Amino acid sequence: MAHHKTPETSSGEQKVFSYLAEYSTPHALVEACKAVRDAGYKKWDAYSPFPVHGIDPAMGIRPTILPWLVLGAGLTGMLLGLVMQVALNGFEYPWIISGKPLMSIPAFVPVAFETTILLSALTAFGGCLVLNKLPDLYNPLFKKKRFAKATDDKFFISIESDDKLFDEHKTKTLLERTHPTVVEAVEDDRHVNAALPKGIIYGLLIATFVSFVPMARIALARYSKSPDAPLNLVTNMDYQEKYKTQQSTAFFSDHRTMRPPIPGTVSQDDLALDDHLSRGVRAGTNDEFVADFPPQFQVSAAAMHRGKERFEIYCAPCHGQAGYGDGMVARRAEELSEGTWVPPTSLHDAPLADKPVGYFYNVISNGVRNMPGYASQIPEMDRWAIALYIRALQRSDAGSVEDVPSNQRGALK
Amino acid sequence: MSAVSHAEMMRDNTIDDPTQRAPLLTDDSSFGDVTQAVAGVAEAKPPIGWLLGFGVAACGALMLVSCIGWLIWMGVGVWGNMTPVAWAWDITNFVFWVGIGHAGTLISAVLFLMRQKWRMSINRFAEAMTIFAVICAAIFPGIHVGRAWLAYWLFPIPNQMQMWPQFRSPLLWDVFAVGTYATTSIVFWYFGMIPDLATLRDRAKSKVAKIGYAIFALGWTGSARHWHRYERAYLLLAGLATPLVLSVHSVVSFDFAVAQLPGWHTTIFPPYFVAGAIFSGFAMVNTLAIPARAIFKLEHLITMRHLENMNKVILATGMMVGYAYAMEFFTAWYSGNPQEVFAFTNRAFGPYWWAYWTMVSCNVISPQFFWFKKLRTSIPVMFVLCIFVNIGMWFERFVITVTSLHRDALPSSWAYYQPTHIDIMMLIGSFGLFFTLFFLFLKFLPIIAIAEMKTVMPQAHAHGDHHGGPATAAHAHTAGSH
Repeated sequence: MAHHKTPETSSGEQKVFSYLAEYSTPHALVEACKAVRDAGYKKWDAYSPFPVHGIDPAMGIRPTILPWLVLGAGLTGMLLGLVMQVALNGFEYPWIISGKPLMSIPAFVPVAFETTILLSALTAFGGCLVLNKLPDLYNPLFKKKRFAKATDDKFFISIESDDKLFDEHKTKTLLERTHPTVVEAVEDDRHVNAALPKGIIYGLLIATFVSFVPMARIALARYSKSPDAPLNLVTNMDYQEKYKTQQSTAFFSDHRTMRPPIPGTVSQDDLALDDHLSRGVRAGTNDEFVADFPPQFQVSAAAMHRGKERFEIYCAPCHGQAGYGDGMVARRAEELSEGTWVPPTSLHDAPLADKPVGYFYNVISNGVRNMPGYASQIPEMDRWAIALYIRALQRSDAGSVEDVPSNQRGALK
Repeated sequence: MSAVSHAEMMRDNTIDDPTQRAPLLTDDSSFGDVTQAVAGVAEAKPPIGWLLGFGVAACGALMLVSCIGWLIWMGVGVWGNMTPVAWAWDITNFVFWVGIGHAGTLISAVLFLMRQKWRMSINRFAEAMTIFAVICAAIFPGIHVGRAWLAYWLFPIPNQMQMWPQFRSPLLWDVFAVGTYATTSIVFWYFGMIPDLATLRDRAKSKVAKIGYAIFALGWTGSARHWHRYERAYLLLAGLATPLVLSVHSVVSFDFAVAQLPGWHTTIFPPYFVAGAIFSGFAMVNTLAIPARAIFKLEHLITMRHLENMNKVILATGMMVGYAYAMEFFTAWYSGNPQEVFAFTNRAFGPYWWAYWTMVSCNVISPQFFWFKKLRTSIPVMFVLCIFVNIGMWFERFVITVTSLHRDALPSSWAYYQPTHIDIMMLIGSFGLFFTLFFLFLKFLPIIAIAEMKTVMPQAHAHGDHHGGPATAAHAHTAGSH
């Protein structure tokens, strides 16, 4: 054990850490503590296998501040719990649940209560350890075989040599007078060089820095944009085992996953028996467009307003509010000189101005050239209403001052 | 006048004599004897009963792990859960295990605050039971979310989706309640064990054991200055754990009570669930303590009086639970709400009538035997009755969960839930995990709070001048209730 000794302690004089006295009953320990306390020592302690009642006053131990720390932690926990919920559900990610207000404090009570308890309990535990300076990696008392009984059935007092009043002879005599079973010196071997080898220290330092790399990568990924799909460890939501409409399959002889309807199938909405109403043509023909509205459609001011409204929603973006083919979309396409763009025809010019109303109905329904059909978006009656409004637009373009009621002609100026 | 002699009391400490306090140890052990009795269990070679029990339990735990693996691989469809019974054995098991845990905290914290010193020989047990039960409980909601690897979404962790949990849901309150409960219970258990781990460290013969215990004993010396803060911290932890234990099962009951479903939507749930939790937990403590004290020869520390006291608690909480069952029916009838009336009539007389009446017989009728002292101090009787209580409390959660769900608002979706093999194996497996952990605890850790035990021994009272034989020592103890 020679290497454990420091240069200044020769084998003859052992540096003393403390004097240790052993007692066999808690009563003897408490009485001895009173004597040591009264002698004025500060750096000393009593050791017992269980908390001995009445030892705190006998040693002059003042009440710990731990309860105040726990109170502080509890209040902090409550505040953090409330702030977290208000911030996350009230501002950061506002959800309306059952029509409750975003900051529904009563619903936040349970979680705030739990965070109060959690932080308090961790503080009671951690605070006690920190105040007790635990975990303690080494204590010279553990070198004494006898001291192992401190956690079993023996009681000890240890007066440390760091105390100002410590004197090998006087301290030993004081302890001997308190009726201990044994008094002995505890050797001080705390000065042994216990530093880790340099290689291990550097290794740990490097490992610490390297461990930051993945975290830095994650942080970088989080705050930068990428065209790649997010990484998922389990990809069964990204790639699902199912057939989509346009995929092929070996299961059917035609290799199509989407099945065609059974021959003769008619969708309920496709039942169009009245050619005049549903197709805008004379019954039994394909291209003889009707010049009058179907009997089911009532030409009225209300139908006109409806047609105007629908026209401005569906038609005006390309055809323009007045139907000259100068809607926002058309104008933008012209500006950008889009090569594939077919300009919408003006409703007021040669071929269209003379077309029968059934023609307009038919084009709205099925589309023409680049214009798509709107049958799926606009119900029949609304299509007729739009055709009606188109007729009104055409009349207004071809009209003269005489068409305007005399009492409103002044507004034209 | 002391009608009963001390010697008689030591022989049978269930005798009630108001003039003296019943002894908490039934022999005149010294401090060293107590250390030896408890630490000896961890040091000795395990008895054959332990090896057998551990082997069987470990197989069960393995089965649970395999089932969980299968469930994660295949999806929750391996369970019998379906529409409308989307919560079935998973939630039943969760509530059952969380409830079991509550007796541990109750014994360690509530009885501590009430200065019920008889708790000391069973509190370590009960706390260990709490932790292992909470572990079993936490598994079930974790895997029933379906995509178990995304269960971390339950916690408010910053994420790339910028989504946050919904704090107005009782399911999220549950995450916080059970999480706090598990953390606090582990801290409380470990904190209480530090001085005893130091005892094991100081007695350890092998190097591995010594280093192992030394790491967890944190260098504890038994310093009076440390004890001072330690006792204060323990008191604080007990004070914190007490409202916590009441909150946890209340929050668990909110999972049901906050829903609109008839059969769940009742304000009686929080107190009713807490009473049920204590009821089942005490039954489980007895179920564990009875064989353990026999196997490890701890009858003088875990005495008949301890068991009897627990049986009294079981009787009292069993009556509360029975009252709650009756009150539920009364409330349903008194509400005049046809859905409520139907839910409860259906519960008792519908397709799951057998589950309901199993629950009532086990939870309401079986504890009534504890009115008789002869029965509540008989080991075989109490063992059987406690197992009945455990069965009954599992059925209670099953009845609440499944019978309320299987009759949906739309009669076209009515269905009859049946568990699959995986359901059954997982329930058995959860017992396997629980007992595996418990057997490990019995073998490697101080199963009775050694240091605390010593404080209730007559010799521990330093200020008394009695240092005589057992007769005066008992006297000192009676006076020494601080």
